Amino acid sequence: MDLKWNEFIITGDPLILGAQISILLGGIAVVAALTYFKKWSWLWKEWLTSVDHKKLGIMYILSALLMLFRGGIDGLMIRTQLAKPGMEFLDPQHYNEVFSTHGVIMILFMAMPFLIGLINYIVPLQIGARDVAFPYLNNLSFWTFFVGMALFNISFIIGGSPDAGWTGYTPLATNEFSPGPGQNYYLLAIQIAGIGTLMTGINFFVTILKMRTKGMTLMKMSMFTWTSLITMLIIIFAFPVLTVALAMQTFDRLFGSVLFTLQGDGNPMLWVNLFWVWGHPEVYIVILPAFGIFSEIISTFARKQLFAYKAMVVSIVTISVLSFLVWVHHFFTMGNSAEANSFFSITTMAISIPTGVKIFNWLFTMYRGRITFTTPMLWSLAFIPNFVIGGVTGVMLAMAAADYQYHNTYFLVSHFHYVLISGTVFACFAGLIYWYPKMFGHKLNEKIGKWAFWIFVIGFNVCFFPQYFLGLDGMPRRISTYLPEDGWTGLNMISTIGAFMMGLAFLIFVYNIYYSWRYSPREKTGDAWGLGRNLEWATTSSIPPHYNFAVLPEVTGLDPYWDMKEKGLDQQKNTDYKPIHMPSNSSTPAIMSALMGMAAFGLVFQWYWVGIVGAVGIFITMIVRSFDYNDGYYVSVEEIKETEAKANK
Amino acid sequence: MLKKLKPLSLLLFLALPLMLAGCSTPEVLDPKGPVASQQSDLIILSIIFMLTIVAVVFVLLTIILVKYRERKDHDKYSPELHGSMLLETIWTIIPIIIVVILAVPTVRTIYSLEEAPQPKTAEAANEDPLVVHATSINWKWVFTYPDEDIETVNYLHIPIHRPVEFKLTSADSMAALWIPSLGGQKYNMAGMQTTLYLQADHVGTYDGRNANFTGEGFNEQRFKVYADEEADYQQWVEEVQNSAPELTQYEYDNLLIPGVYDGTAEFNGTHLQWIDHSKNADYTLEAWDRLGYEPKNPHAKDKSQNILPEDEIPYYQQDNTVDNSDEDMDSEEHAHAGHE
Repeated sequence: MDLKWNEFIITGDPLILGAQISILLGGIAVVAALTYFKKWSWLWKEWLTSVDHKKLGIMYILSALLMLFRGGIDGLMIRTQLAKPGMEFLDPQHYNEVFSTHGVIMILFMAMPFLIGLINYIVPLQIGARDVAFPYLNNLSFWTFFVGMALFNISFIIGGSPDAGWTGYTPLATNEFSPGPGQNYYLLAIQIAGIGTLMTGINFFVTILKMRTKGMTLMKMSMFTWTSLITMLIIIFAFPVLTVALAMQTFDRLFGSVLFTLQGDGNPMLWVNLFWVWGHPEVYIVILPAFGIFSEIISTFARKQLFAYKAMVVSIVTISVLSFLVWVHHFFTMGNSAEANSFFSITTMAISIPTGVKIFNWLFTMYRGRITFTTPMLWSLAFIPNFVIGGVTGVMLAMAAADYQYHNTYFLVSHFHYVLISGTVFACFAGLIYWYPKMFGHKLNEKIGKWAFWIFVIGFNVCFFPQYFLGLDGMPRRISTYLPEDGWTGLNMISTIGAFMMGLAFLIFVYNIYYSWRYSPREKTGDAWGLGRNLEWATTSSIPPHYNFAVLPEVTGLDPYWDMKEKGLDQQKNTDYKPIHMPSNSSTPAIMSALMGMAAFGLVFQWYWVGIVGAVGIFITMIVRSFDYNDGYYVSVEEIKETEAKANK
Repeated sequence: MLKKLKPLSLLLFLALPLMLAGCSTPEVLDPKGPVASQQSDLIILSIIFMLTIVAVVFVLLTIILVKYRERKDHDKYSPELHGSMLLETIWTIIPIIIVVILAVPTVRTIYSLEEAPQPKTAEAANEDPLVVHATSINWKWVFTYPDEDIETVNYLHIPIHRPVEFKLTSADSMAALWIPSLGGQKYNMAGMQTTLYLQADHVGTYDGRNANFTGEGFNEQRFKVYADEEADYQQWVEEVQNSAPELTQYEYDNLLIPGVYDGTAEFNGTHLQWIDHSKNADYTLEAWDRLGYEPKNPHAKDKSQNILPEDEIPYYQQDNTVDNSDEDMDSEEHAHAGHE
């Protein structure tokens, strides 16, 4: 790539200059603070090299919140540009980069890590395990995700961001139509993060199957664990497709192959198919854990066991199978045969059946319950009506003949924001608030939390509901501006106001984290809400010790902790401690991932020597790792006694 | 109190944009031809079903939240209630029935849209659809009338009451031809041809555009469709045939350079004499080479492009001939049909 030296750092745009300055100042502030408070070694030893699933979970969630901020800023920039016809806030090129990064960041670097973070923290606790099956791999997963995320995020200040949409459709994404390093960033950053996700999939699949505590049969697992298990299964099947597809497009762009290109009989449509063979299951990867979170919260705050537990399990399994049979509905308009479109229409509509079953089961979980309206419950309750709106418009989109009119329009944009925000984002907020005392030892302030909730949910509807009508009125997605005579001005303005309300709510939410850290009372027991049903609440202290359970709990029924409380069993009375085997921290994953980042950065700019050095480095770290004979350490009985005594104070 | 009103307030939000949009019918629900009407009917049918489902869930949710919220006496609390075969069967069967009810018209419409709309009058029944090749180029539309041997850029005229058979292809990125008032979209793809039938039943000017993102000039890849009475349409065709300049290969190759085309143009002769992009996807990049065009990093400081002038391009040294025999047969058939 013949990049001129003055084109390496993006200059000349005041918005980007502002971001560059704030990143620089923020970076200096973090480095200075860590140095001043002498926290470097603490950060490295306690966190960055940690294999503790709980710490990794928190690091995932912090990264995801950062990305929610970044992706949210992208979203606000999009909405500002579209507020009025003929806006010149962003030029078309810049707009294209912004919506492309918005999509990639929100799906791959916000929704997924947020949920994986919650799964990391909660699932091992819920199955009564001390850590995951492969703790080292878990740390490596985090670091590959983090490096992929970092690589993707620097694109807008170094070299230029991808601008072919989050779908990266060929031939638009090939060298001829997307010259420059942008699309290379997309391919390599997602590739690295994707490898991490695949490892997470394998790790948690094995963890859930093999590491359940005594008595925890599959049909006694919490719904969140069930959805996580199925999600991991989908990841294992879907992500290899993405890995291969990304590698193929990378070969096209870097090494001159003609797989998806215009020239040489390339087949651009193959990319579209491969992308969605991964892309549609991906949607369920980010929605199923959300279903699990809502199931937990609704059942907890209605004080009732989940209604029709078996039907819930059957429906998520059905959804996971169907999720691989619907990918063509993303391009009904490709000129497929009537037979193909009919088939995929029907399979897509069929997904609404198990999903509808779940909705009614949630409703009837609350039937004859005692519903308390805590903040996590409010987020979960708001999910139901909003998700139903998103769901029914999904059925409308599934009707291929009608989809020819909705496709590529704001109707579609509104539909997937309705399902992804009211499904995934609401679940992330709900789950974080619900399990916050488990992670940090204190609750988030309820009053401030409710303000954030109401402003967000109202803003969300104000932002996205009008977009259904914009779509029906012929407004295509991804246009950077429109004309006054198109007649879309009023609804766009309303939509933009809603977007800023969501931004405000996010700020209130973040303020709440600070406020609660300062002022919230600290939790004294493991069961912060007093209504806990699953094993994560059965720990002795509010924040579980690094080995989670001094003595592994025994499960006697569904909702095991509730069951224990009902039967008056106090598992903390069991003090028959034995030394606990725990895994040791490791610094190779961080180094290996950094080298992956270096190799990828070299490839982005086609500086092959950097790529080669990075790749050699990766192999060296792998060799180092394979000679690592450290297989963990034992926590002594004295240490357990000491820790447990402190917890019960 | 506020909590209880939440589902209600959501309903209010439902109504708000409806009222706002009430001033004018959305384009898609205001069809101007048989294809768009079929789709509009299907959409309205689905909206009715969907609103019913939404209403059921909202009402149920509101009732449950109000009735079973935590209060001093909780005599209605029955934690042992966690399943009901009857209820579960009901809410499994009903969605299945709804899906079946919606699937039937959907599949029927999918098949029906693969064919030209049925003519309403006996006179129209004798006419074959008007064939128009719609070629998307970054970021403009080229409409080719093979039987009339004319070509337009960024606008087209069609006669009313006669189906138009669009032959869609692209010279470069994947695009989608979409004229919401006349019907749904279909992709234009290089190296492939897709067919889209549309028809206008009302004289008027309709907005058409590329609906599928194709990069920097995507916004402006729009065109107008003029639906005329048959006689007016014929008059327009003759005007173009009599007055428009001859299309040269140099001129056409220049259109293939990515860029927004300001205004409209019309030509005598069509680009099909040199190239059918649905059969040869390489042509565009070859034309770039001939003209000396090279795509540039959008963040390059120097954005200028050199395009070679016509007299410097050794056209006839290059072999650009395409096998158009299929095309010729097509146009003969149509010419024949036209005489009947």
